[in-house]
Amino acid sequence: MNVRPGTARALLGAPHPVLSSPAEQVDPTAPEVVAAAADLLATLRDEPARTGLAAPQIGLSWRLIAFDAGRHPRSRSSAGELVMVNPRLTGASRWDRGREGCASIAGLLGDVRRASRITVHGRLPGTGKPVTIEADAFEARCIQHQLDHLDGVLFLDRVSGALSLHRRLHTCDA
Amino acid sequence: MGLSAVTVLGVDRPGVIAAVTGSLADCGANIHDSTMTLLGGHIAMMLLVSGDLSSDELLEKLCVPDTVVTASAVEARRYFRGQSKGIGYVLTVHGPDRPGIISAISAVLADDGGNITGMSTRLSGRLYVLIADVELPEKVDVAALMRRLANAGAGLDSEITFRPVEPDLL
Repeated sequence: MNVRPGTARALLGAPHPVLSSPAEQVDPTAPEVVAAAADLLATLRDEPARTGLAAPQIGLSWRLIAFDAGRHPRSRSSAGELVMVNPRLTGASRWDRGREGCASIAGLLGDVRRASRITVHGRLPGTGKPVTIEADAFEARCIQHQLDHLDGVLFLDRVSGALSLHRRLHTCDA
Repeated sequence: MGLSAVTVLGVDRPGVIAAVTGSLADCGANIHDSTMTLLGGHIAMMLLVSGDLSSDELLEKLCVPDTVVTASAVEARRYFRGQSKGIGYVLTVHGPDRPGIISAISAVLADDGGNITGMSTRLSGRLYVLIADVELPEKVDVAALMRRLANAGAGLDSEITFRPVEPDLL
């Protein structure tokens, strides 16, 4: 299948209703979904520090995520650059707290408890082939953050307590 | 031994904490609980201290340049109260900034005897975020409370999550 190069799109910033709404399942072979996947990937590539995005962040309430944990210095597993359609978390273990931020929430960080070892099933855009990712450490956190976006959940909704919300003072603390 | 609540406000700069705690040590004050944060580039610090000096004497002797310091006597009986039997929850509210968010949400909690034991709010652009630690009495109908919180949040165009604390007791 010929896929046009994607176009980087502007990111939505919270508060925005699309970021707080559950996204819809989509047909991974549908041309508009393939085009959206390309745009999501182009938007991910647009900022070198960006390691993951979900379609609602570019204004599409569809169940697509893109990630590339290999860009992050603390990553262990890395599936490389990947777009998944209709991803589902099927396994989660080894829960751990970590501090995370979001490209749609400027200036804030929060301490969030997430599984550090996960299994995710989804489909590849275009072919619709099933894909399974076993991820750990940073990649696991990144994927869970993106999956939350598909359910209209922000990391703010998972912050572990009143003292776990922080201003982002430095560029190196996310 | 008296207990005093000390507050310190001032422009943030390296060395402020050292100056505050050093001056307290010079006064013979022992720091119990304390908390400190930055509010819009200003340091805000609260400390519960004990010592031989009364809060008035402490205030007179504390020397922390370029800060506003207050000291008040604290009733020891309240500080050393027994362990709570309440149930811990974390409340998150986020949405567009507007006046009255905290008062509206905290009023809903107060109606059910909910006690806010810790709170942070942050304004980032248009986004207003409130995170609160909440302690509920044991006999509260949590489902009904969550519905009232959701209604209050909807009236503020804000999203609300209210979830039990998940302590890792080892």
